[in-house]
Amino acid sequence: MLTFLLSKIEVGSHLYVNFPNGLHLHGETVIVSTFVVTLLVSFLVFGTQNLQKIPQGPQNFIEVVYELVKSIAYTQMGPSYYAQFLPFVATIFLFVFGSNVAGALIPWKLLELQSGEFAAPTNDINTTACLAILTSLAYFSAGLKIKGIGYFKRYIKPAPFFLPINIVEDFTKPLSLNFRLFGNVVADELTITVICSLVPLIIPLPIMMLGLFASSLQALIFATLAAAYIGEVIE
Amino acid sequence: MVDSVIAAASVIAASIAVGFAGLGPGIGQGNAAGSAVEGISRQPEAEGKIRGTLLLSLAFMESLTIYGLVVALSVLFANPFVG
Repeated sequence: MLTFLLSKIEVGSHLYVNFPNGLHLHGETVIVSTFVVTLLVSFLVFGTQNLQKIPQGPQNFIEVVYELVKSIAYTQMGPSYYAQFLPFVATIFLFVFGSNVAGALIPWKLLELQSGEFAAPTNDINTTACLAILTSLAYFSAGLKIKGIGYFKRYIKPAPFFLPINIVEDFTKPLSLNFRLFGNVVADELTITVICSLVPLIIPLPIMMLGLFASSLQALIFATLAAAYIGEVIE
Repeated sequence: MVDSVIAAASVIAASIAVGFAGLGPGIGQGNAAGSAVEGISRQPEAEGKIRGTLLLSLAFMESLTIYGLVVALSVLFANPFVG
């Protein structure tokens, strides 16, 4: 009957591309994230050609995006430092937003794969782990760059016996970033899949709208938190 | 035999994880939404700002539930104790 329209519940199965030395990569994640990055880069490059005083066409939209990421960085880092970390925050925001929305909007399930299925790249825990580790490297290097060796004073504040807690916090920050994004994206897709397997028509639509909204909110939260962590160490 | 015991324990563990992870954030989200409604009714002109902050903090609370869900998913689909 309609079963060919339903997707199976697949968590943790991937399209493995094997290399001779024992390494492998997740094919569908790499393909979809390459697609997202290509789309974003071409959109940004195309939109920023011949900028004008009075914006027209795509420049309007680019300016809205710029205002949004600028306000995220500005509110967390203050006027004197936000400019040098704006590219990082903007990259994180645009990539997470692009991949979440690409996973929610584009009907990837129409394409059949041998194993696994096309979905948002953030559906794979490796992508989110990479973003989270990048964030923690970013705030570490931002602190070292701006405060120099005095950065390490942060670990014994407000009192020396806070040292273990502050060190543990360095590990829990990327962990919570990682699980938050991964869990939210997977939860959205799982909810939609389960409801689709019960009632395939009409009923899943509001849930899909909710998923679209939640995935853009997650991008905002990831970028806000990355900016807040950087702002915390350089203040 | 051992595998079926592990499977049964995993299912129970997953349901308990999701159930309890929903409890605390549910109470917290209720409190936050209640206070936001109070704030809006006291000061209707601040609605936009209150809504933005509310959504952001709701998403933070939601993430605690999601941690429980991640644990449940890993117990169900990537259980380290099976085979």
